Amino acid sequence: MDLVKILIDAGRTAVGVPAAAYALSSIGLNLQFGYTGLLNFGHVASMLVGAYGMAITVDSGGPLWLGVIVGIVAALILGLILGVPTLRLRADYLAIVTIAAGEILRLTVRSSWAAPLTKGIFGIQQFADPFFDVNPIPVGLYGIGRFRFDERTMWVLLLGWGLVALATLFMWKLTRSPWGRAIRAIRDDEDAALSLGKNVFGYKLQSLMVGGAIGALAGMFLAIDQQNVNPDAYIPLLTFYAFTIVILGGPGTLFGPIIGSIIFWFLFEFLDGFMTAAVLEGWFGDVLDSTDIGPIRFALFGIGLMWLMIYRPQGLFGRREEMLIGEQ
Amino acid sequence: MNSDAHPLARIAPEPGVSKPDPILVLDSVLRAFGGLRAVDVNHLEIQRGTITSLIGPNGAGKTTLFNVLTGFDRPEAGKWELNGGPLVGIPSFRVARKGMVRTFQLTKSLARLTVLENVLVAAKDQVGETFFGALFGRWRHIEEANEERAMRELKRFGLEHMVDEYAGSLSGGQRKLLEMARALMVEPEVVMLDEPMAGVNPALTQSLLSHIMALRDDGKTVVFIEHDMDVVQEISDWVVVMSQGAVIAEGPPAHIASNPEVIDAYLGRDHGEVP
Repeated sequence: MDLVKILIDAGRTAVGVPAAAYALSSIGLNLQFGYTGLLNFGHVASMLVGAYGMAITVDSGGPLWLGVIVGIVAALILGLILGVPTLRLRADYLAIVTIAAGEILRLTVRSSWAAPLTKGIFGIQQFADPFFDVNPIPVGLYGIGRFRFDERTMWVLLLGWGLVALATLFMWKLTRSPWGRAIRAIRDDEDAALSLGKNVFGYKLQSLMVGGAIGALAGMFLAIDQQNVNPDAYIPLLTFYAFTIVILGGPGTLFGPIIGSIIFWFLFEFLDGFMTAAVLEGWFGDVLDSTDIGPIRFALFGIGLMWLMIYRPQGLFGRREEMLIGEQ
Repeated sequence: MNSDAHPLARIAPEPGVSKPDPILVLDSVLRAFGGLRAVDVNHLEIQRGTITSLIGPNGAGKTTLFNVLTGFDRPEAGKWELNGGPLVGIPSFRVARKGMVRTFQLTKSLARLTVLENVLVAAKDQVGETFFGALFGRWRHIEEANEERAMRELKRFGLEHMVDEYAGSLSGGQRKLLEMARALMVEPEVVMLDEPMAGVNPALTQSLLSHIMALRDDGKTVVFIEHDMDVVQEISDWVVVMSQGAVIAEGPPAHIASNPEVIDAYLGRDHGEVP
């Protein structure tokens, strides 16, 4: 087994497109879940409306920049529609409604009824050409040895990590302001925040909408990289990747989602490479074959998360004292 | 209490009596849960600048009345006014901004905020608390002024050495003090305290009592729910007794303690007689 090769491949994924996309997506979820305490189980829906908003706009003849604006506005509207009826209710209702909304949206864009716009199960392709046309990076490979990317990937990564940096700066400004303090107060105790004159509903709605807009940016970024939107990509699993990343990095921390995403994708790729090699070398005999790797990888992740919850519930970046504080 | 000079000295001790300078006036407030009339208050006035105790047996509707008045619960009927302005249908957070702030029976500290943040979050008119204000507004000088005021409140309640601790790590008594400091940061005219003395040791009870009296001396109106008659006797200017949702008696503390209706409500109508 070539462990070095496996590690390098994992490292490439850890700084690659999926890591950047999920760091961005998790920054949005972190605003909702980590800072405001909103249990949004349908974060994938904002990625979907972002990606589809952009793809449909371009597909109907609009420019790409307009598509990006449409994607963001669509996510803001989605947050408004989901938030208004549910945010006055108990936290669990938001979870129920959002997980359902994600699936409803996926099945709707997939349906033949919506196909004139969304192209149904085939999805929309080749809408991001204007982005790749302006790639200033000369043709070539960048990096050392096996750890390198071509000019197209470099251009995409520049966009992705650039967006992550901007989103982090935005979050830094926002969460260190009195606004950020107010949403953390709401996370800790809604009634107390109300009794102090804070418009809890308004704050939650803002958090849901803004977090969704960041999620939409992540969705658009992934779609641009793949030059493809397809309904079957937007399954609830994506939301739970983001939750795993937020919890791994530490909910309510500035850099948690970034570090969480890098570690998540490193482990994800490493386990895949390692187990594939192990199966090929016959370590598991007849017990496991290559089709078992996917499920086992998830099982290991689950065990890892449980271990984290027990020994480091605050995530990698969180402060332990903060988590040891009981619910009173 | 200096009874002769007191504005309430010559007020008749009867339910629903009108007062010379009421800050809070209630009329026909009804809150029912199914067939149970949890709150059914005909008329009640709270005198400005006094400490009014709300007492009554368990289930008398005291906390429900608090919830209704502060917008945390919606009554079936009735109207109530703060400083002559109607409060019916006003959401709880607006009630607080209008100058009536409440605390809770079970202390609600914002556990994962620091003690200082707990108080700062209560400040009004911070432009940085709006979304765009946070991003583009000039909120730091407001924040500095607020911090100064917050430190004054924390000092007053003896919490200034704990400003950077998480509120969740405070003791039960300290949380009570923090909750009061936080409520004052809203600059209320009326402070509604829901059993501030519940589960507090005797030494702290004395300290809380002196804080409550200091609030009155600052010109604030205090309404508080309490069970302990000794405490009520000690600091109240006026006592309102509720039973089964209704106000059954009100008057100065000395008068209330000997009121047979009140004793009936607490002990049952057949007290003193052996069946």
